[in-house]
Amino acid sequence: MRVADFRARLERVGSTVTSVVWRVGFASRFLSYMVLHSGTALRRFHLTIAEIYFAGVLSLVIILVSGLFVGMVLALQGYETLQRFGASESLGVLVALSLVRELGPVVAGLLFASRAGSAITAEIGLMKATEQLSAMEMMAVDPIARVVAPRFWGGVISMPLLAALFSAMGIFGGYIVGVQLIGVDAGAFWSQMQAAVDVRNDIWNGVIKSLVFGVAVTWIAVFEGYDAPPTAEGVSRATTRTVVTSSLAILALDFILTALMFTGGNHQ
Amino acid sequence: MNRSTIDLWVGAFVVAGFAGLLFLALKVGNLASFSTSQVYQVQAKFANIGGLKVRAPVKSAGVVIGRVADIRFDNESYEAIVTFNIDSNYQFPRDTTAKILTSGILGEQYVGLEAGGDGVMLKSGDRLRLTQSAVVLENLISQFLFNKAAEGKPEAKEPAK
Repeated sequence: MRVADFRARLERVGSTVTSVVWRVGFASRFLSYMVLHSGTALRRFHLTIAEIYFAGVLSLVIILVSGLFVGMVLALQGYETLQRFGASESLGVLVALSLVRELGPVVAGLLFASRAGSAITAEIGLMKATEQLSAMEMMAVDPIARVVAPRFWGGVISMPLLAALFSAMGIFGGYIVGVQLIGVDAGAFWSQMQAAVDVRNDIWNGVIKSLVFGVAVTWIAVFEGYDAPPTAEGVSRATTRTVVTSSLAILALDFILTALMFTGGNHQ
Repeated sequence: MNRSTIDLWVGAFVVAGFAGLLFLALKVGNLASFSTSQVYQVQAKFANIGGLKVRAPVKSAGVVIGRVADIRFDNESYEAIVTFNIDSNYQFPRDTTAKILTSGILGEQYVGLEAGGDGVMLKSGDRLRLTQSAVVLENLISQFLFNKAAEGKPEAKEPAK
């Protein structure tokens, strides 16, 4: 009896692992198929441009407003701590480094996942549920090339630009609060920031991070949409899963990328 | 929404995104100030570099004139070989002194150059002969204690006489 019980439990573990591995493999094959068949998305570039509009331009408001407020809060909180050590002139360094290295890519990625990723999943899932994708196949149009790939590239192109705008807006917010409201010296704010922020180590690595997050989020979004069970419940679950999985993926990837980029010890 | 409106918005978005990146690179980062100019390399040996790191600033009279390019350990003299990139706008005499200094009490360490009086200027690949190592706090304290102890001894013996 107990042996059978143990066996059943072991089987459950095995089937979970197998299904996870199977799903990752399916997602990878899906990605490679999509990249190989993205000729249409690049040749008829207006398809991709329309997706940049939906994923990027329509996310601008939330990205810019969040960036502004994150920067302003960073300046307020940072000032409270820094002035205890008499280092309130380093406020610019604190705001700029935390935004460019971490908060810009990560928070923009999380917002992008919930604003654009969920929309992509819901759209593709609903297209599948209403058999629009099957109809395309009937007309000898590859739905992955025509529907999925433009959305993927639109998201991948939008994400680094959104992250850069988030960081720029956050630094502007930090400037407004730090210099205009609190009264930190403007010269020290900018010059210490410029002395501490390195273009290759900090800004370029931030851009690479946001590009990686863009690929991860859009990949998860289009895959979940394409893989969603063609029912109302299936689409809603897939949309939720997109947000949860891509947020976790962003956080995990951020840890790995930070460990690789910023622990060389060659920077200040 | 028709296609040209979408194109317009996407164009504005992409331009704004690149403007944001440019703002980060020029106004927030140090792209404009340093990396484009010509540099020449000078080496110096130090007995102890303390906490000096690659990319630390090289200053003369408080002005940043270069950066530390490389730090290596010399297996023969058991000293550190530090290589600096100095902006070629700034020329220094051959007998310039290099010191490892600290900005503030707890600040980062940097290399300070003090110009000498030689008529010949430094060339790329030259080595600075006069160097002063980083001050190591433990050595300083032990030196101080040792001096104190040496001073204290005769006085301590006096009552015994």
